[in-house]
Amino acid sequence: MCGTCGCGDAAHHYHHDQGHHHEHEHDHNHEHPHEDSRLIAVELDILRRNNLMAERNRGYFEAKAIFCLNLMSSPGAGKTTLLEETIRRLKDKKAIYVIEGDQQTSHDAERIAALNIPVFQVNTGSGCHLEASMIHHALQHLNPSEKSLLLIENVGNLVCPALFDLGEARKVVIVSTTEGDDKPLKYPYMFKEAHVCIINKTDLSPYLNTDIETLRGNCLKVNPELQLFELSAGKGTGMDKWCEWLLSGPVLPI
Amino acid sequence: MHEVSIAQSIVDLAIQQAESHSAIEVEELELEIGVLSGIEIPALAFALESCVMGTWLEKTRIVRHDIPGEGKCGDCGESFPIKDMFSACPFCGSFAVRITKGKELRIKSIVIK
Repeated sequence: MCGTCGCGDAAHHYHHDQGHHHEHEHDHNHEHPHEDSRLIAVELDILRRNNLMAERNRGYFEAKAIFCLNLMSSPGAGKTTLLEETIRRLKDKKAIYVIEGDQQTSHDAERIAALNIPVFQVNTGSGCHLEASMIHHALQHLNPSEKSLLLIENVGNLVCPALFDLGEARKVVIVSTTEGDDKPLKYPYMFKEAHVCIINKTDLSPYLNTDIETLRGNCLKVNPELQLFELSAGKGTGMDKWCEWLLSGPVLPI
Repeated sequence: MHEVSIAQSIVDLAIQQAESHSAIEVEELELEIGVLSGIEIPALAFALESCVMGTWLEKTRIVRHDIPGEGKCGDCGESFPIKDMFSACPFCGSFAVRITKGKELRIKSIVIK
């Protein structure tokens, strides 16, 4: 609709701008009901606020050479166990900080704190994902040192966290064999957004109907560029390759 | 669930834009939502109804354009419509498909008084 006279012919705006006369016929009374309406071309991303805050966090990480990872998975895929095992192996080699995201409780933060690692727990209440502003707040408390490793454990949820950039260098999705081999196809957004995928609990696959090769194939079907690691955080198998990769960071932004 | 966050972001951004143009009323809000954006569109519509209550946007007409998916094959370079995130290229069978359209989450315009 025309914002100037409300006549339904938006195209004639341009005639006004060029100082021409009206070239179209009006088939209605010209009452100008919306004569002071204005069309504002906004053209802005809805997630702009989060994205800007994420870029702010990213700049902070780059300036301090902090390698920041955003770990995401369904509840129970083994994120916290993976963190514990990773910390045990790397804490003498690199300063490590952890931000824990959960809807309720500080159970995970307590598990990390027991390993003498600085940790900040974010409780999202009913929120289903972490947002960049929560990370910004957590950073004020944690004040991670230069050249450290910052591991963010997102809220256990294979859907919502995929949409919210936190400023991390890499998004890591963890999928465990107990979830079946078709999760990447059922929840493709997460796998499409991730840069790295960890297939966890590989030791349990003989007892399950999960075929690791099928699972790997489904991951790559959704995202052929995924960097894959296969391991069992509980048993410690396959951890070396993952830890080596962690020590290779910070990596260049994609 | 994240549709509520998205709806709230839409309301905040639209109000901020209206204020920066000294509006006294927002008549229309035009959105572009890609079908591959990760948003459940009916859930977003429902969340928006709640989020606008008691704000400037309570009586605003919301116009939504749902943008269909389009992919471009990284191997053969062809573009084609896509309905999901793991379709193989219909021309060469490759899965190296980059999404070129359908991930939009954008406020296109507002009509203010």
